Amino acid sequence: MSAREEILGRIRQAVRDAPEVGIPRGYRTAARVDDLVGLFAERVDDYRAIVHVLPSAEVPAKIAELVRGRRMVVPDGLPEEWAGEAERAGGSLADLDAAGGVVTGCAVAIAETGTIVLDAGPGQGTRAQTLVPDYHLCVVRADQIVAGVPEAVARLDPARPLTWISGPSATSDIELNRVEGVHGPRTLEVIVST
Amino acid sequence: MSGTFLGMPGNFPKNAEKAVQDSQLRFNLRKATHTIRGKRASVVDELPDWQELRAAGKAIKDETLRHLDRYLVQLEDAVTGAGGHVHWARDAAEANRIVTGLVKATGESEVVKVKSMATQEIGLNEALAEHGITAYETDLAELIVQLGDDFPSHILVPAIHRNRAEIREIFLDKMAETPEGLTDEPAALAEAARLHLRERFLRSKVAISGANFMVAETGTLVVLESEGNGRMCLTLPETLISVVGIEKLLPSWRDLEVFLQLLPRSSTGERMNPYTSMWTGATEGQDFHLVLLDNGRTDVLADEVGRQALRCIRCSACLNVCPVYERAGGHAYGSVYPGPIGAILTPQLRGMGSELDASLPYASSLCGACYDVCPVAIDIPEVLVDLRAKAPHGRAERAGMRVAGWVLGNEVRLAKAQRLATRFRKLVPRRLPGPLSAWTDTRDLPEIPEESFRDWWERHERP
Repeated sequence: MSAREEILGRIRQAVRDAPEVGIPRGYRTAARVDDLVGLFAERVDDYRAIVHVLPSAEVPAKIAELVRGRRMVVPDGLPEEWAGEAERAGGSLADLDAAGGVVTGCAVAIAETGTIVLDAGPGQGTRAQTLVPDYHLCVVRADQIVAGVPEAVARLDPARPLTWISGPSATSDIELNRVEGVHGPRTLEVIVST
Repeated sequence: MSGTFLGMPGNFPKNAEKAVQDSQLRFNLRKATHTIRGKRASVVDELPDWQELRAAGKAIKDETLRHLDRYLVQLEDAVTGAGGHVHWARDAAEANRIVTGLVKATGESEVVKVKSMATQEIGLNEALAEHGITAYETDLAELIVQLGDDFPSHILVPAIHRNRAEIREIFLDKMAETPEGLTDEPAALAEAARLHLRERFLRSKVAISGANFMVAETGTLVVLESEGNGRMCLTLPETLISVVGIEKLLPSWRDLEVFLQLLPRSSTGERMNPYTSMWTGATEGQDFHLVLLDNGRTDVLADEVGRQALRCIRCSACLNVCPVYERAGGHAYGSVYPGPIGAILTPQLRGMGSELDASLPYASSLCGACYDVCPVAIDIPEVLVDLRAKAPHGRAERAGMRVAGWVLGNEVRLAKAQRLATRFRKLVPRRLPGPLSAWTDTRDLPEIPEESFRDWWERHERP
């Protein structure tokens, strides 16, 4: 008998008398948050990421200021006004490693947890592009922010590769205290465009 | 190379006795577990619906287990449909054989690894080494354990028994290159790990991971992490092999809305861990293999009381609150699964054939703190008591219990026994002789009262 058949057979034998289960979903699926932008900014800041909240018209100038002098990775599909006049990095792994940062948009953001989700869609780059450079500048449009985790899960497409980002790379492995900066981007800067 | 726990001699009390005499270890553990307890409590209190999430988490896992066969087949279809390959492994040896074969087929002799309990459980690194394949752990704590030729002692933070000064010593001693003037500041130690692994990440062709969750409906795998080593391993190599226990399944995509709230808050005490990766099948041109591991899980599933242990999402909240773990440390449990969850999981996965495994159900004071914090409401004390009944007991103990049952099961016999004990109370020694001295070595024998409560009641209530 194949391992597959044997394991499935053992499972059927093991649970044949187990009771059926109902799933109570009494938790919040649509949290009420009065100030989504404010809460999101506060929670991102808690992770020691840098946050700016700006009217959309001021975003391009802010990006230009932040990326000046850096060779930036600019993913396909990023709005031209966000790409700025930064010097563009190449596409090889070595280029990414040598780049001064990456600038992206996002798919959705979560206020309660201060989380940004990338789904590799237009302007979000491949997973490697947002991982290898040491600096990640992410622009979040105010209408992309949802209150809680359930709202975000409902908006996302599981067929796409998803990366949930909550603050810069960190570790709790030394005496169980959070320390920023291991293998992922050590600086996360977020612009919320209102 | 870190060691394997399989076939470890001794038993829990003996191991724990050694550990509690190590004052440095006790200091490190106390500091770390108390830090994390405070953090967990504050982010859990923040959510008004924590108990509802917990109830949903428990039920979703129970539903998964009830129809595990159906959900596994659904998962297999979804992963295969998205270009991945699915393999099934009855036990550790079969899983190791499959993974070794897959790595050999790539022609590579080095692999990078994301921290995974399942691959530790099956001793994968050692199995790969036998075939000339070197596995590099990339999680900071795993790296500390691997460089220090040590054993993991915690589910989430395998090097929890090491403090910053000890970690610095290990790095200076075992890393080929460390930054000049390396201090024991956590940020400096993290920087050293970054430099040590950077090149390896960029050139590795094969990675091995586990997964926190697999979604049957969509075939999606989910890995939660902090450092970015997970993203490096999951994203950059051409071949990705994930070894995952069959119980790690969730029925539907929507179920993640529950577990992505329960797990980070319970484990690192954060609103959300820094990075979570989700992928479905072969992604961005990668070759993807999923190895589904049984290795004793179907035996656990067959046990009506014990099967709830398979709800575990490996958050380690139970370790962090356990008074026994805090003092004995993780090594005493002789398994990759230490602490309260280990005390119920290990004897079920491995059986209670060895002295060590048979002693684990007793590695608890049954205080119940583990049950209170468990995000999927595993009643660990209930399973411990059930396992104690199933553990092998010596002939003298069984005879003693039979006599006790005979006396305590009948009120006339009990009253007679109490009067007899009262009459001879002066003759009872302060310390018991022979094997019974093990009890009185560390405890006072309770004094036998002059009169039993039953007799006192009789005297006062009768007119």
